[in-house]
Amino acid sequence: MTGRAQGTLMPLRIGFIPLVDAAALLVAVDKGFTREEGLDVTLIREVSWSNVRDKLNLGLFDAAHLLAPVAIASSLGLGHVKVPIVAPFNLGLNGNAITVSPALHAAIMGAVEGDPLDPLATAKALKRVVEARRRSGAEPLVFGMTFPFSTHNYQLRFWMAAGGVDPDEDVRLVVLPPPYMVDSLANRHVDAFCVGAPWNSVAVDLGIGHILHFVSDILARAAEKVLAVRQPWADKHGEALAGLIRAHHRAATFIEAPEHRAEAAAILAKAEYIGVEAGVIQRTLDGRLKVSPGGEVRSSERYLLVGRDGAARPDPVQAAWLYAQMVRWGQAPLSDQSLQVAMAVFRPDLYDAATGTSPPMQNSVADGVGAFAGGPFDPADIAAHLGSFPIRRQD
Amino acid sequence: MSGFAGVSLRMAAESSPKIAIIDENPIRAAILEEGLREAGFSDVAHVGEMNNLLARIYALDPDVILIDLENPSRDILEQMFQVSRAVRRPIAMFVDQSDSASIQASVDAGVSAYIVDGFRKERIKSIIDLCISRFNAFARLQDELERTKNALEERKVIDRAKGILMKHKSLSEDEAYVLMRSTAMREKKKIVEIAQSIITASELLK
Repeated sequence: MTGRAQGTLMPLRIGFIPLVDAAALLVAVDKGFTREEGLDVTLIREVSWSNVRDKLNLGLFDAAHLLAPVAIASSLGLGHVKVPIVAPFNLGLNGNAITVSPALHAAIMGAVEGDPLDPLATAKALKRVVEARRRSGAEPLVFGMTFPFSTHNYQLRFWMAAGGVDPDEDVRLVVLPPPYMVDSLANRHVDAFCVGAPWNSVAVDLGIGHILHFVSDILARAAEKVLAVRQPWADKHGEALAGLIRAHHRAATFIEAPEHRAEAAAILAKAEYIGVEAGVIQRTLDGRLKVSPGGEVRSSERYLLVGRDGAARPDPVQAAWLYAQMVRWGQAPLSDQSLQVAMAVFRPDLYDAATGTSPPMQNSVADGVGAFAGGPFDPADIAAHLGSFPIRRQD
Repeated sequence: MSGFAGVSLRMAAESSPKIAIIDENPIRAAILEEGLREAGFSDVAHVGEMNNLLARIYALDPDVILIDLENPSRDILEQMFQVSRAVRRPIAMFVDQSDSASIQASVDAGVSAYIVDGFRKERIKSIIDLCISRFNAFARLQDELERTKNALEERKVIDRAKGILMKHKSLSEDEAYVLMRSTAMREKKKIVEIAQSIITASELLK
């Protein structure tokens, strides 16, 4: 398996944020899969995505658990120094949820027409709530999300805009570090938030939030976090990178096996990793979440995918979708060249070469994304795709 | 927020830029603030409360924002770069592709800076350098404190072990110490480790 001689382990420093979608990385290291590939990994827990990005960019980290849109933004030089990033392994698809305060939940449920699990129905209900608040002179609703370049930001925007709510004019979107989300909801600094596990479950358990949607209701397949390395590092350390991908692949397979779930959850629960109760983590891995303080449970096959259904193989179509959101909301200009750069961040070729799998992996979503609104997504025609949305910041 | 006066024509912005320090550690913030004042930057404000951070920053309307890297609220500041933000003046992170050594040094020291667009580069450089040296000084201070604390703990353990030896082997204080030291040297261990084993053994034999 390893081409390296005994005793010559390659030291690697890898940064992560304590979230359940770092699972493949944490398990790969904890179970010794990386060591068997000749890699001596030191995990460094970080407190902000800005830190992870900067330390990866500067070379203080060899690799990182990173928001997929940050990998693309770095490669395009948006908002920060331009550093080409390569993502050869998708750490997770989906995994976020939209949680709302009991008051907003009651308001949306009072205004909803049709199935409250249908995101179009809830988005239209949100529109009615927003209009009623405006008429009564109430402050705009505040939605928390984790980073300007984050799936959370784009998923919230995509959802509410489909119902006619302008995310920049009608409500306020604010960045909040995930560990502060629950407190902010409890203190009414925000009315809702979109965040990854375990924070939605924590809010529900405390009785201060209702999970309104899994983000898989909005998009069937959204690249959430990736294993990210700098392009020059990938070019120079091909063998180590292949070993890292294989170790992650093995860990993802381990995590997805139902008989290993409890062990995986116990590993992730350790204080030096995520540091929350193993039961809460296992709910996320199983996609079986308590969605209301009353105890109502909802299950989904698509809640968080760590490797199954081809989830670990980076899909450039998903990178294109994320880039399209950057264009739609005025973060990036639209150009073919930028689109090519964005798509080239996701490297299924490196994944295939390392794991020996053969493309194309089958998955169950025709356009690779499966958004609930706006028709099929075609990376070759982003302009027309965006043109079909009335609410957008793009010129 | 009402705690900070937002009315500021600040005609002298270039001569004395307004600097906001965002740090939940009041001692480190005070050390940095003092350094900045000594260097002639008189307009310095400290934000130690992270609730409603953006509102606090907008009310202060600073030219330069300094934030420690242990602070999860750093991600909140990234929002200031967005086009659709509700802010009067554009703010950029202190990033200069030609000066990665300076960025590296600040990340190493654990601090990051954000500046108002158009602020003179030479001026931010002197602020950053000062920041780095004060942050490093603070880290050294903390290390020293930690070492002193450990040394005190070790001395307590050694004194206890010495007492046990003196009592059980009828040794003088000096003899007890010499015995522990020679044992430590023979076994290639620290005196404190030998002392700890003596204490453990004596507790087991009680």
